[in-house]
Amino acid sequence: MVEFAGWQMPVQYRGIIEEHLAVRQKAGLFDVSHMGEIEIRGPGALAFAQRLTANDISRLRPGQAQYNLLLNEDGGVVDDVVFHRLADERYLVCVNAANSDKDFDWLRAHAGGDAEVINRSSDYAQLALQGPLAESLLQPLTAAALQSLGHFHFCFAAVAEIPCLVARTGYTGEDGFELYCEPDRAESLWTRLLESGAARGLVPAGLGARDTLRLERALPLYGHELDAATSPLEAGLSWVVKFDKGPFLGRERLLKQREKGVERKLVGLELTGPGIARSHCPIFKNDRRVGVVTSGTRSPTLKKSIALAYVESREAAVDNTLEVEIRGRKVPGRVVKLPFYHR
Amino acid sequence: MEFPEGLKYTKEHEWVLVEDNIATVGITDYAQQELGDIVYVELPEVGEKIVKDDPFGAVESVKAVSDLYAPVSGTVLEFNDALPETPETINEDPYGDGWMIKVEMSDLDELKDLMDAEEYAEYVQQQKEEEEEEEEDEEEEE
Repeated sequence: MVEFAGWQMPVQYRGIIEEHLAVRQKAGLFDVSHMGEIEIRGPGALAFAQRLTANDISRLRPGQAQYNLLLNEDGGVVDDVVFHRLADERYLVCVNAANSDKDFDWLRAHAGGDAEVINRSSDYAQLALQGPLAESLLQPLTAAALQSLGHFHFCFAAVAEIPCLVARTGYTGEDGFELYCEPDRAESLWTRLLESGAARGLVPAGLGARDTLRLERALPLYGHELDAATSPLEAGLSWVVKFDKGPFLGRERLLKQREKGVERKLVGLELTGPGIARSHCPIFKNDRRVGVVTSGTRSPTLKKSIALAYVESREAAVDNTLEVEIRGRKVPGRVVKLPFYHR
Repeated sequence: MEFPEGLKYTKEHEWVLVEDNIATVGITDYAQQELGDIVYVELPEVGEKIVKDDPFGAVESVKAVSDLYAPVSGTVLEFNDALPETPETINEDPYGDGWMIKVEMSDLDELKDLMDAEEYAEYVQQQKEEEEEEEEDEEEEE
């Protein structure tokens, strides 16, 4: 167990690699109750949320979810989040645990009279069932027609007789579901899911596997690839920024960045020498420092040493060779296309 | 968890097998369990001098990197060259095929500072209790 954002979290149950491979090949169950939930509601909810985010929330119909970014005036990232449109004038925003108080304060500080912001983090526990078998493992426990629940859609349904918001979302690069329920029902939901799925290979999975899974799929982790001084254009998240949706915080700065080009870019690195690059390892090109590693691991799926890193834009081309300094030793690597893994 | 008799142990969770003035060094069962899946190991070259209590290499699990501290001073005679390709051997057989280096010791007196199996087992027990207390304290704070 480790402390994470004030929560006691399991890093691993049987071992990170075993859990990781189970999610890629069969399925894993994660307790991600630490994630925060913030509700935005009222007649002004949409207009308010549009002003503070990069993506176009007006495209969401009730029952749809969307990856989005809360931005600051400089176009930096306050948090990366998922918006769920619960009803015409109600949104549930799933936010990072470490940021939930900051996000709540940020939203409250910017909210107008006809948009209400409510911290619902203590009202929800969250379990993530992830892996290619997720649908077939979940279906026997619910009447919801999962086959017709598309990626980034959600519904309200009982799972093992427990009322849930069932979202087809995740943070592993596999098909899967995130189940939001009342905290005092979560243990029962966890047990029922595991009992029902164990015979077909479902295993409990911890934070360690969650991190290696998201890293292979090159999904950003706030505090590593994203922070208040990093723009979505640097982070490879241009696809999230909808300049045409109307004014939003940070838009002018991002427009300028788009015109001029960004100075650094997030890239994938594969080490060709021995070692594992970790967060904060400096990166060199011909002895000149050109960047820094934000996340790195040995990929359990690819069995290679991989890393995400920010490097000067001119060094960001695929196949460029760079060196990562690990404990005083320079280890060769090359820029590779992201994601490292795609299902 | 197993701590074979006849080995010497350090507070940094290395074991030492002493044969005349040659020490074979690895990490303990407790260390490999705490680290989790080991995916990378960095060992010194033959002929390198190592100094007691200084790092002589590193092991990395998926989640973290840990330095390896020299239990004795001396010259590296041999390193386990199978480990870089199959670091998981350290998890599977920490006292056997997971051995790391053989060292020609320069000061046999240093061995006095090491623990025997019984002392090390007590030390590990203490460490575990401290860890549990820390977790309880954290829970109380919430």
